[in-house]
Amino acid sequence: MKILVAVKRVIDYNVQVRVKEDGTGVVTENVKMSTNPPDDNAIEEAVKIKESGKAKEIVAITVGEDKAQETVRKALAVGADRGIHIKVDGTIEPLAVSKILQKIVDKEKPDLIFMGKQAIDDDCNQTGQMLAALLNWPQATFASKIEVKDKSLEVTREVDEGLETIEVNIPAIVTCDLRLNEPRYASLPNIMKAKKKPIEQINGSELGIDIKPRIEQIKVEEPPKRKAGIKVASVAELVQKLKNEAKVI
Amino acid sequence: MSVLLIAEHNNNEVRPFTLNAITAASQIDQDLHVLVIGKKIDAVSKSISEIPNVKKVIAVDNEIYENYLAENFTPVIIKHSENYSHIVCSANTFGKNLMPRVAALLDTSQVSDIIKVISPDTFLRPIYAGNAFATVKSNDKKKCITIRPTSFDPAQTSGGSAEIIKAEKEEATSLTKFIKREEVKSDRPELGTARIVISGGRGMASGENFKLITAIADKLNAAIGASRAAVDAGYITNDHQVGQTGKVVVPDLYIAVGISGAIQHLAGMKESKIIVAINKDGEAPIFSVADYGLEADLFEALPQFLEELNKLNTIQK
Repeated sequence: MKILVAVKRVIDYNVQVRVKEDGTGVVTENVKMSTNPPDDNAIEEAVKIKESGKAKEIVAITVGEDKAQETVRKALAVGADRGIHIKVDGTIEPLAVSKILQKIVDKEKPDLIFMGKQAIDDDCNQTGQMLAALLNWPQATFASKIEVKDKSLEVTREVDEGLETIEVNIPAIVTCDLRLNEPRYASLPNIMKAKKKPIEQINGSELGIDIKPRIEQIKVEEPPKRKAGIKVASVAELVQKLKNEAKVI
Repeated sequence: MSVLLIAEHNNNEVRPFTLNAITAASQIDQDLHVLVIGKKIDAVSKSISEIPNVKKVIAVDNEIYENYLAENFTPVIIKHSENYSHIVCSANTFGKNLMPRVAALLDTSQVSDIIKVISPDTFLRPIYAGNAFATVKSNDKKKCITIRPTSFDPAQTSGGSAEIIKAEKEEATSLTKFIKREEVKSDRPELGTARIVISGGRGMASGENFKLITAIADKLNAAIGASRAAVDAGYITNDHQVGQTGKVVVPDLYIAVGISGAIQHLAGMKESKIIVAINKDGEAPIFSVADYGLEADLFEALPQFLEELNKLNTIQK
């Protein structure tokens, strides 16, 4: 079995994002970047499946500018076998990413595709479902548990009401929740080894797909600030304030 | 121009966020039709037809739709999408799972999780866990939109009498099979719509200690939330998680207990009207968004809090 894992380079989750003064976006210069957190879970799950003997090859793929290769390299360091970097510059929307991935799937013919359920930059939560639609594959979104069976996966999904379990035929797409597993850290020897693993680079413009954005970003602004609160000295004061000042209890 | 809204329901009742989505949808265009797909949905269709904002209900009733599989819903939506300029639904796990599958087949770049309708093609949406708001304009002919329900008031539920049209089922998928749903049943208000939410974080130190929170929630008729750290640690089930990848809540009162206030958690609660933080670490980031901060050991503060509440003659519910 072959697993394709899609990863995205985003502003690190610990960084306090700042909006640019000219309203064109957020500050990315000199900001720490890393792999989108649930994409790490996607890689981890693929590696675990391979370690259990149920998968032969893991291919990590990313779509983005030159530096996006770092995320593929990191995936190689934790256990992916080879990488693909689709080079595109500028904004790329989930619809375009899913069309690009569709092209690669036609060529690579993976049995499973894993990715994070949502990227923490644009918070779109679209790519996996869109790719599933384009391929006419089943989708198991927001996965917190995956059991590999003969010709199917049994996936537990995190939904608003609690947990849901579905069975999807292989080939299938799974989008991963942060609770799926505990991503491992790459060891130094594995980081060194990963440097020798191949990353194929493909120019996005050569795939024959229209990847121009359909959505115009008119402006980006800071959300309204909350007015500064106060510290209360005791529980009694807190309850008194909630009752008489805020009038919420 | 007309809007087609995909209703979320449990085959017996309309799920509450459908009402918020209806408010947003009718701000896009007054000619709002609602597509109800499910099994034995007569009651659901009827109650939606009574919502004054709704002009028409299309009901597709078949047992294959019992468990809301996106693979089965999508062909129905695609078939009915033809006459509509906008396809919309709520941005909860139902809509997040479903809408991109529809959008891709319509070759539309979806606009996710809008918090404001600026015009029929321009919307406001949070990005970076709500640390920035983007104004975006969709240039697709047919637009697919998901709506953050807590940013819109629920629509009125009575007074309307829209026509209900029955439509045929589409082919069922053989690719996906529903197995089970483990719902946590509770008499408490739903987390997403509760007037008061009290949440616990890693500081609770155990699942057992959540009983301190439960006692206060009982007193205030509040919903119980949790940070991701508390869910990850197994203190409480995932349906309680508030944050960027959990639920977004906007209650009148949000009480954060033993929650440090990671960016990802703030994304799910910082629009609450009044925020209370109880934490023993005075430097915890949660205090930066709190209207009332109490620097205290939660194991002392929570029993006192309950005691003080018990002293009050009246409590708003």
